[in-house]
Amino acid sequence: MSTSEEVENQQIELQLLLQAIYLKYGYDFRSYAKASVKRRILHRMTTDQFPNISAMQHRLLEDVSFFETLLLDLSINVTEMFRDPTFYLALRKEVIPLLRNYPFLKIWHAGCSSGEEVYSMAILLKEEGLYDRAQIYATDMNQVILKKARDGIFSINRLKSYTMNYQRAGGQESFSDYYNAHYDHVVMDKSLKENILFSDHNLATDGVFGEMHLIICRNVLIYFNRELQDRVFRLFAESLTLGGIMCLGSKESVRLSNISTIFDDISKEEKIYRKSLSLDKI
Amino acid sequence: MSSVLHEKRFEVVVIGASAGGIRALTMVLSALPEDFALPIIIVQHVHPHSGGYISHILGAKCALIVKQADEKESVLGGTVYIAPPNYHLMLETDRSFSLSVAAPVNYSRPAIDVLFETAIDAYYDKIVCIVLTGANHDGSQGAAKIHRAGGYIIVQDPTTAEADSMPRATLAATPVDKVLPLEQIGAYLLQLINRSNQLWHFP
Ligand SMILES: C[S@@+](CC[C@H](N)C(=O)[O-])C[C@H]1O[C@@H](n2cnc3c(N)ncnc32)[C@H](O)[C@@H]1O
Repeated sequence: MSTSEEVENQQIELQLLLQAIYLKYGYDFRSYAKASVKRRILHRMTTDQFPNISAMQHRLLEDVSFFETLLLDLSINVTEMFRDPTFYLALRKEVIPLLRNYPFLKIWHAGCSSGEEVYSMAILLKEEGLYDRAQIYATDMNQVILKKARDGIFSINRLKSYTMNYQRAGGQESFSDYYNAHYDHVVMDKSLKENILFSDHNLATDGVFGEMHLIICRNVLIYFNRELQDRVFRLFAESLTLGGIMCLGSKESVRLSNISTIFDDISKEEKIYRKSLSLDKI
Repeated sequence: MSSVLHEKRFEVVVIGASAGGIRALTMVLSALPEDFALPIIIVQHVHPHSGGYISHILGAKCALIVKQADEKESVLGGTVYIAPPNYHLMLETDRSFSLSVAAPVNYSRPAIDVLFETAIDAYYDKIVCIVLTGANHDGSQGAAKIHRAGGYIIVQDPTTAEADSMPRATLAATPVDKVLPLEQIGAYLLQLINRSNQLWHFP
C-alpha cells in the first residue's frame, strides 16, 4: 500500500471512531483539528496494543471506562498558573480599569482545565480589589478535570515556576499567602474559591452560558477547526455585554473569523478583544 | 498526458535542530536562492519565553521569507516556517499548520518528532527530512517514520555538529539517504530538489 493510501485509510478510521464517540456518548470531536486528535488516538492505540484504530471502536462502544480514558486523552489538559505572564500584565493594565466601571462582574473561563488559570484570575482580582463584586464561572467539558479544579490541589513541584510566573505577571504580594503547603502538594486558599462556580459546559455542543463582562478562553480554540472556532466566537459574542472583553491564547485570533469586525483590539499582542460598543457593527 | 508526470518527487523540507542549531540553520538556509520552490518547516528547540527572535536572525541571513508558523496558516512554497516557542507544530492533511500545548515530547516543546510525524499525513513520501546538531534524541523516531513512509533523510555528519547526539540518535534509529558535513547540506538540498523534480517530470 502506498503511503498516501495508508494515510487516507487511517483518516477514514479516525472519522468513524469520532462518529462512534459522538453517537454513543454525545461528545463531538468531529470538528476538531485532526492532527492533534490523531496523535492522541494513536498514542492510546499503541499503549493499549490495539492493532489499528478500527479495533478501538468496538471496545469504545462496549466499555464506558475505555471511553473515559479516551476522553482524558483527547482533552489536552496541560495548563499552569499565570501562563504567559505578559498576558496577565496586560489584563492588569488594560482590562482591570474597564472592569472597575461595573458594580457587579461576571467572568467566564471556558475550557478552564484543572483550574490553575481560574485561581490566577482570582488572585489578580483580589489584588485589584475587584474579587468581592465578581462571580466567576469556570467551565470545561471534562468532569474529571473539573473535579481537580474544584479541589484546587496542585503538585508542589510546579510551585517554583508558578511563583516566578506570578512575579513576572506583576504580582506584588507573597505568592505563598495564597495556598497552604503540604508534604507534596498545595491547597489553594479557600477564600479564592468563594466566588467561583465550576461547571460542565461543552463549547462544541452547548449554548450561551449567561451574560458576561469578561470571557477567557485560552488554548482551547487551537484544537478546533475553522467552523467550530466560528461557532464558539458567535457564542462568545452573544454572551458578552456591549463593551465586554474576550481573551484568547497567545496563538489564537478572532481576526480570521467571519465575525471579526464586531471585536475591537485592546491588546493585539496578547489577543485581548472588546465587543464593539457601536451597535451598527453587530 | 497523465497527471502523475506533473507530480513532484519532493514537496516539502522539514528540519530539526537543537543545541548549535541557529548557526547550522543559518548555514543551510543561506545556501538557498530566493526562488527555492518548496516550503521549509523548522523545529529549533528554544526556551519557552524566547519570543520570535529566531525568525529575525534567520530572516536577516537568507534570501527566503522566514516567519513563525501561525495557527491554521496554509503552507506556501518558498517560505521558511519556524515553530513558535512553547507550542508543538503540526501539519494537517490539508497542508495547514496547527499548534498544541500538549505535554512536551522528548522534554521538548516544540518537539521535532511531532512535526516530522504529522508531516507524513500531509506530504506522504514527498518529504526531505534533515536532522542537524543537537544534544538529545528528538527527531530520531520521526525521521525513522519518514524513512519508512518513503521520504528522503539527510543527517548532519556528527563530527561536524556542535552537539552530536541528535544526529547520532537518528543514524542509530533508521537507515538514512545521506550523511553530510554541515557546509554541504544547503547546496546538496538545492541540487537534490532540482534534479529529482526534473527527473520526475520527464522520466
Ligand atoms: C490546553 S487546556 C487549556 C487550559 C487553560 N485555559 C490554559 O490556557 O492554560 C484545554 C482545555 O480545553 C478543554 N476543552 C476541549 N474541548 C472543549 C470543549 N468542546 N468544550 C469545553 N472545553 C473543552 C479541555 O478539556 C482542556 O481542559
